[in-house]
Amino acid sequence: MRALSHRAARSAAAIATATIFSATPAFAATSGINAADTAWMTVATALVLMMTIPGLALFYSGMVRKKNVLATMAQSLAAVTVISILWVAFGYSLAFVGNGPWLGTLNRWFLEGLTMDSVNPAAKTIPEALFMLYQMTFAIITVALVAGSVADRMRFSAYLLFSVTWFMFVYVPLAHWVWGGGFLGSMGVLDFAGGLVVHLSAGAGGLVAAMVVGRRHGYGFENLSPFDLSLAVVGTGLLWVGWFGFNGGSALAANSRAVMAIVATHLAACAGALTWGAIEWSKRRKPSVLGMISGAVAGLGTITPASGFVEPWHGIVIGIVAGAICYWACTWLKLRFKYDDSLDVFGVHGIGGMTGTLLAGLFATAAIGGTSGLFEGHPQQLLIQLYGVAVTLVWSGGVTYALLKLVGALVPLRVSAEQELEGLDISQHGEALQ
Amino acid sequence: MKLVVAIIKPFKLDEVRQALTAIGVHGMTVTEVKGYGRQKGHTEIYRGAEYVVNFLPKLRIEIAVPAEIADKAVEVITEHARTGKIGDGKIFVTPIDRALRIRTGETDADAL
Repeated sequence: MRALSHRAARSAAAIATATIFSATPAFAATSGINAADTAWMTVATALVLMMTIPGLALFYSGMVRKKNVLATMAQSLAAVTVISILWVAFGYSLAFVGNGPWLGTLNRWFLEGLTMDSVNPAAKTIPEALFMLYQMTFAIITVALVAGSVADRMRFSAYLLFSVTWFMFVYVPLAHWVWGGGFLGSMGVLDFAGGLVVHLSAGAGGLVAAMVVGRRHGYGFENLSPFDLSLAVVGTGLLWVGWFGFNGGSALAANSRAVMAIVATHLAACAGALTWGAIEWSKRRKPSVLGMISGAVAGLGTITPASGFVEPWHGIVIGIVAGAICYWACTWLKLRFKYDDSLDVFGVHGIGGMTGTLLAGLFATAAIGGTSGLFEGHPQQLLIQLYGVAVTLVWSGGVTYALLKLVGALVPLRVSAEQELEGLDISQHGEALQ
Repeated sequence: MKLVVAIIKPFKLDEVRQALTAIGVHGMTVTEVKGYGRQKGHTEIYRGAEYVVNFLPKLRIEIAVPAEIADKAVEVITEHARTGKIGDGKIFVTPIDRALRIRTGETDADAL
């Protein structure tokens, strides 16, 4: 009798517990929100935001001259503050709500209709608000990246106007085309975490901006050396670790794919750093710290589109290619065509994003990401990737040019010659490092 | 009173300071400066950009001493700042018109 009542009590307790702690039937039917995925994606979101502030802020600022350090940081700060609001206002909605081939809808303007339970079809196991926030951090860093090409000479007001319009007309459409249900994604372009949407678009935009805004005063004969590369190293560390969220979080779930992406990412950073360092050691007798961190970032940018589609060890190969090709772009290519892409946004992110997107077409393996590349017998993937690269180059480059002309008609893009000599910190912000 | 100004290699500071203390010079002003003479600079390369840096870091030491020990001070600095390699620096001696200790108002020789 006692044994029976014990067992009954245990069952009753189990049932009661299960009822209390499980989702109510109605809740479970409308959203499969899963605590593990939500927890990871929350962390990933924080990691990616950290990549901009203070990661990119430090990375960039360490490489400019002392008189422009604060102003360079202001550009990253401005990207965070302005793009966050615009993303919530209409960016998220147009990029990720609705499946039109060219653009989404404004159904979620100012997050209208977004509730505790809603999910975006692209990420059904996390709250929609989290998916929105995660994607926001990508928009922020893409805009912040472009500024690097015009470091030391762009007027702050022009930068703000340019950033807002660039976000609206380059980033949002491109994000929709690749990730939000638009035509590039539907035709099978593989871009796991932003080789096209973030790196190539920022790189192409930066290159055009560098050419339109013009070279820094003193370029080619004055000493424009970095203020403090130790800041840049710290920034690189934050970017590197943050990239675990950038690529790992693009799995939109706490699963093996995320982890594989992170492993590939980390290996690519290491291989990139070693490769760039090795090239410098052999060509210039010394491996520089700037070279090693540049190689690391090159590896990270290049693996980005491929990270969720390739075997982890491919990260090593891709990182080596990245280190070599980005080294070439930042030294030979830049000098050959004489453009002042001050912080090598095109040389590292542009070329890296392009290379990685194409390498994804070679190395993609169905076992990891469900799609095969050329090496696995699907050569068409390479052509699809090439198409994605071409569209991104043309769209970002072309629209950037038009926007610069438009903004330039309202406000001079560049500071005056005296302001450039005096420094952006004083002239644009009324402040100075002591 | 004489003002002895010495431009020396930075790593020689402690040695020179100790030697000057030993001959009775108990104060000095040190500034970090950049300069060149016959010592060549070096080349720095940042990604694609190569910069020839002519200026080298040096320290400028200034001591105010009674005229009687100026020569001794110069000798001591020379001995302890020398490495024998190009870039060891230079010493200049100039006369001081007036000197004053701010806290007490002592002047000239009493201020040194």
